[in-house]
Parts: sequence; structure tokens; C-alpha cells
Amino acid sequence: MKRVYVNEEWCLGCHLCEYYCTFANSNEKDIVKALKNVVINPRIKLEEGDRINFAVSCRHCEDPICVKGCITGALSINDGIITVDENKCIGCYTCILCCPYGAITPSDKGVIQKCELCTNNIHGTPQCVKGCPNNAIVFEER
Amino acid sequence: MRYVIIGNSAAAVGAVEGIRKIDKDGEIIIISKEPYHVYSRPLISYLLYGKTTEENMKYRSEDFYDVMKCKVFFNKEVIKINNEEKQVQLNDNTIIDYDKLLVATGSRPFIPHMEGLETVKNKFTFMSLDDAKNLEKAISPHSKVLIIGAGLIGLKCAEGISKKVESITVVDLADRILSSILDKEGAKIVQSHIEKKNIQFFLDNKVEKFIDNKAILAKGEEIDFDILVLAVGVRPNIELIKEIKGEVNRGIVIDEFCETSIEDIYAAGDCCESFDITTNQNRVLALLPNAYMQGECAGINMAGGEKKFGKAIPMNSIGFFGLHMVTAGSYVGEVYTKNENNNYKKLFVKDGLLKGYIMIGDINKAGIYTSLIREKTPISEIDFELICNKPSLMAFSKIERKKKLGGIK
Ligand SMILES: Cc1cc2nc3c(=O)[nH]c(=O)nc-3n(C[C@H](O)[C@H](O)[C@H](O)COP(=O)(O)OP(=O)(O)OC[C@H]3O[C@@H](n4cnc5c(N)ncnc54)[C@H](O)[C@@H]3O)c2cc1C
Repeated sequence: MKRVYVNEEWCLGCHLCEYYCTFANSNEKDIVKALKNVVINPRIKLEEGDRINFAVSCRHCEDPICVKGCITGALSINDGIITVDENKCIGCYTCILCCPYGAITPSDKGVIQKCELCTNNIHGTPQCVKGCPNNAIVFEER
Repeated sequence: MRYVIIGNSAAAVGAVEGIRKIDKDGEIIIISKEPYHVYSRPLISYLLYGKTTEENMKYRSEDFYDVMKCKVFFNKEVIKINNEEKQVQLNDNTIIDYDKLLVATGSRPFIPHMEGLETVKNKFTFMSLDDAKNLEKAISPHSKVLIIGAGLIGLKCAEGISKKVESITVVDLADRILSSILDKEGAKIVQSHIEKKNIQFFLDNKVEKFIDNKAILAKGEEIDFDILVLAVGVRPNIELIKEIKGEVNRGIVIDEFCETSIEDIYAAGDCCESFDITTNQNRVLALLPNAYMQGECAGINMAGGEKKFGKAIPMNSIGFFGLHMVTAGSYVGEVYTKNENNNYKKLFVKDGLLKGYIMIGDINKAGIYTSLIREKTPISEIDFELICNKPSLMAFSKIERKKKLGGIK
């Protein structure tokens, strides 16, 4: 399955992936409109160090402990992609307790949010990768 | 091949999904004492709070049993296992044969002996959807509710009904709330947060005696109430195995393949003990993620696969009135404390390993700590100072990060 992989030596730490992610999941058509006056809460997040930066998003694990641990059944695997049902999630954050990558975060709606490889929005393929100027994240089969 | 599963909750679902990974066609029969499609037990308090609905509480979709090809007997109880004949007997005397049996009977409320308890008319426990429905029917905006037990279940109940009753009082023997997951300092923070919601605590105290609608506490206080909720603790349902001389302690004893001491009988979830890798001891971990994973492991082995259930640890994530806390492992060894802007964090390190942690408030990326505990990662292999500050993948070596984020095996 195609996943988002990180090439950390290429990451400039520019945060563009975070902006593209926020835009993609806003379901707005215009990026300026989508980002104007918003505090972004993206599903991919940069880890910044002295010299190293890299962006972390859901790994779509084959044996995901977030899904197994989910106490409501809101998380499930659909064609390899780990998705969340926002109607079922009550924001207990057991998945945040479980995820070894720190890739699940609270959403602005009081439940959780995670990368669904943009299959949950109008774009269909990861916009973070599309927006990355330096191939520091790629969407491919490995 | 016929699989029979006793119980219809998280462990049972784990088993069904585990079996179907290996065996797509074998017959699966589920026997459920409760009348409902499998629901998420922890959500009963959210139902009362208005944060979910009975429909959204379903732990698996409406077509789960069809898709998984399971036959379910609702409202039926297994009263006996006959392991010689490989049969179970239901309360309506139906006999069902099995090839492989899973006991996923969970736990039940523990009701300690309390003087005068029989004189209390409106008393409830808080473990099932029916319990929640009964409690909801009984309460009114004028209700004065007394809850015995300041643990997870008692306090979740308090939160659930907080907007619907006049007052809530909680009494507990322990000197702090949530004593199974929080230390004293952490418990104080959460307690004062909950107290702001008009919930009153009497800790390090107990009910000496009930007289109708009055509770007299050991330290002399008298509390008038009209609804009593008993949430002192839970006891694993081990009797079916105990009666046929299977090995039991507090919970049913299982091996690393989730099999009991009796051939072809497996057990999973709140009814059994798990090997806690942070203490190297067997203990009952009455937690949903554990129940699911144990069930899945049992299912895979029942269907002829081979899977070991390792890495069990106590781990919990819960919130009360918007304040979140995540805890895992055991609180032993050297303590690293980090408190910042109302956020509270403690890490516990022993023998060069992270053994446990408590986070209150900021719980971001907590799972990175959890995985250090579960994977027993030596802290000498990571930048511990960095990770103490905040959980991050930056603290791992470049090679380790390549494995985690670069898909390198
Ligand atoms: C209010 C509340 C809040 C909770 N919050 C959390 C939380 O935030 N996080 C967390 O991790 N865990 C939480 N838990 C614990 C969690 O619900 C349990 O760990 C989990 O449900 C265990 O699943 P199980 O399948 O082992 O057993 P159970 O869910 O207990 O189910 C066992 C089922 O078997 C049935 N049964 C028993 N005996 C028989 C028999 N002889 N014949 C037929 N059927 C039988 C029972 O009726 C029951 O339906 C909470 C529990 C409660 C009550």
C-alpha cells in the first residue's frame, strides 16, 4: 500500500505540509480563504530539532494498536487506511495513549483527528506531499 | 469447527476478529447475557451525559454478526461448562457443543457488606447499559445522589449525571480519588477540577451505616440522599472455570496463548489475569484495550494460528469535565517530574527502563511513552533528557527513526 514516508535529510522545516493538510481538511476550495485567521491544527506535524526536522503523520500500521485499543469502535481499517468515525468518537484519547508515533491529535471538535491520506476530503491523495517543496515526504509503496 | 464464545463485549469481538483472520468459515456461536448488539461499555456514562446515543454506542457496525458469520443467542446465560463432553449448558437448558470455547465473561460489580444497605430503596450499580437506563429513570433535577467509590466507574457515573441532578456526594475509603491510576499530587489536581462542578468528596472515610435515606460515615458526618450508586470495584466472573477445576486466582489463569489450564478452553478480558510486564506479575487489568487484544490473541490461537500475548501493561486514558489524563505502567523507581502551566507529568524509571508515567492536562503524543514501556526500550538508547521534556521521535537514533518513519524494516 502507498504510504507517506519521510526523508528527513531533505526536510527544511518549512511547515508547508501542515498548511496544506489544514487546507485539504477544511474542505474549502481556496487555500487563502481556508487559512485566513485560523490557528492551524494539522494532522501532520513537524518535529523540529537543532539541525533535523521531519514531519510525522499516521503510519497506517498493519497491526494498529490505536484501532485495537479504541474503546468506542470509532477507529477502523478501511482498505488499509485507518479512519475515524467522528460520530462515534467521544474524545477519550485512548488512541493517543496507544499511538507509538504521536500521530493522533485532538480535533477542534473535541474528538480526535488523524491523517486519512486525504481519502476523507475532496482531494483524494495526500496534499501534504503535494505541497512539500523538497521531497521530504513522499507518497509511495515501500 | 465450532467456536463458542461466552460473553458479547470487547474480548468477544477481539476473538471473532482474531478467528476470522485465520478461519473464514468455521461456525461461531456467541452467548450473551445482555440483550443488546455489542456496545462500548465505557460509553454508558457518555450516554447519560448526552455525548453519545445508543446507536453511536455500538462497538461494531449493525451488520457485524452477519459479516463475521456469527450466530448470537441474546439474553441467554451459560450456567455450566462440561469440558469432558465439550458442551456448554444455557439457563434455558439448551446444550451447545463446542470444539473451542472462549470464556469472555468480564466482571461484575463488587458489593461489600455495609450495615443497613438493605434499608436503602433506590440503589444502583454502574456497569451495563441497563444499569445506565435504570439510573436515568430514577434521577430527577431534585435528586441527591450518593456514590460509593471514587474510582474510574464512580467518577464517570458522577460526570454522566452531573447536569441532571441537584447534588452528588462521593465517598471513598482511599485518601485520594482515582487511586488505581493517580498518585496523591495528581489526584489533588483532578479532585479540585471535579469539585468545581459541584461534586463533593469524603475521602479516607466510609459509610458506617445506612438508615433508609441517610448514610452515617465513620468520621461522624451524616449524608442525606435519595439515590445510591455502588461503585466500589469489580470482580472477575471466574465461576464457570472454577467449577470445573480450572486454575483461577483473582482472575482466570491463562497462558501466553490465552488458553486456560483446561484443554480447548480459552479466556480473555476482564475475567482473567494478564502478565503485567512492568511488574512481572499476573494481575487483573480491567481495561478495554487489553480485553480486545487478549480476545484477538485467543481467537487466532483457537483457529489454529500461533500468537503470543505479550506486552500487557495497565494503561488508561480518561477525562473528566474537559480535563484529560493519561497513565500507564507502574509507578516504581526513580521519578522525573515536570509541571508546567497547569500540566502535570511524572515519569518512573527503573533498571534503565521507563516503567510508568502520569500525564494530566497536556497529553499530546503520550503514546511515545507508552511504547517505550511496552517495547522495553533501554533509555540509554534514546535522548532521555529530550524525551522527558516532551515525547518525541527526535529522541530516537536516526536509524530507529528510519524504521519508524521511512518504512525501513
Ligand atoms: C462505566 C465504565 C467506564 C469504563 N471506562 C473505561 C475506559 O475509559 N477505558 C478502558 O480501557 N476501560 C474502561 N472500562 C472497562 C471496560 O469496559 C472493560 O475493560 C471491558 O468492557 C472488558 O471487556 P470484556 O469483554 O472482558 O468484558 P465485559 O465488557 O464485562 O463483558 C462481558 C459480557 O459477558 C456477559 N456474561 C457474563 N457471564 C456470562 C454467562 N455466563 N453467559 C453469557 N454471558 C455472560 C456479561 O453480561 C457481559 O455482557 C469502563 C467500564 C465501565 C463500567
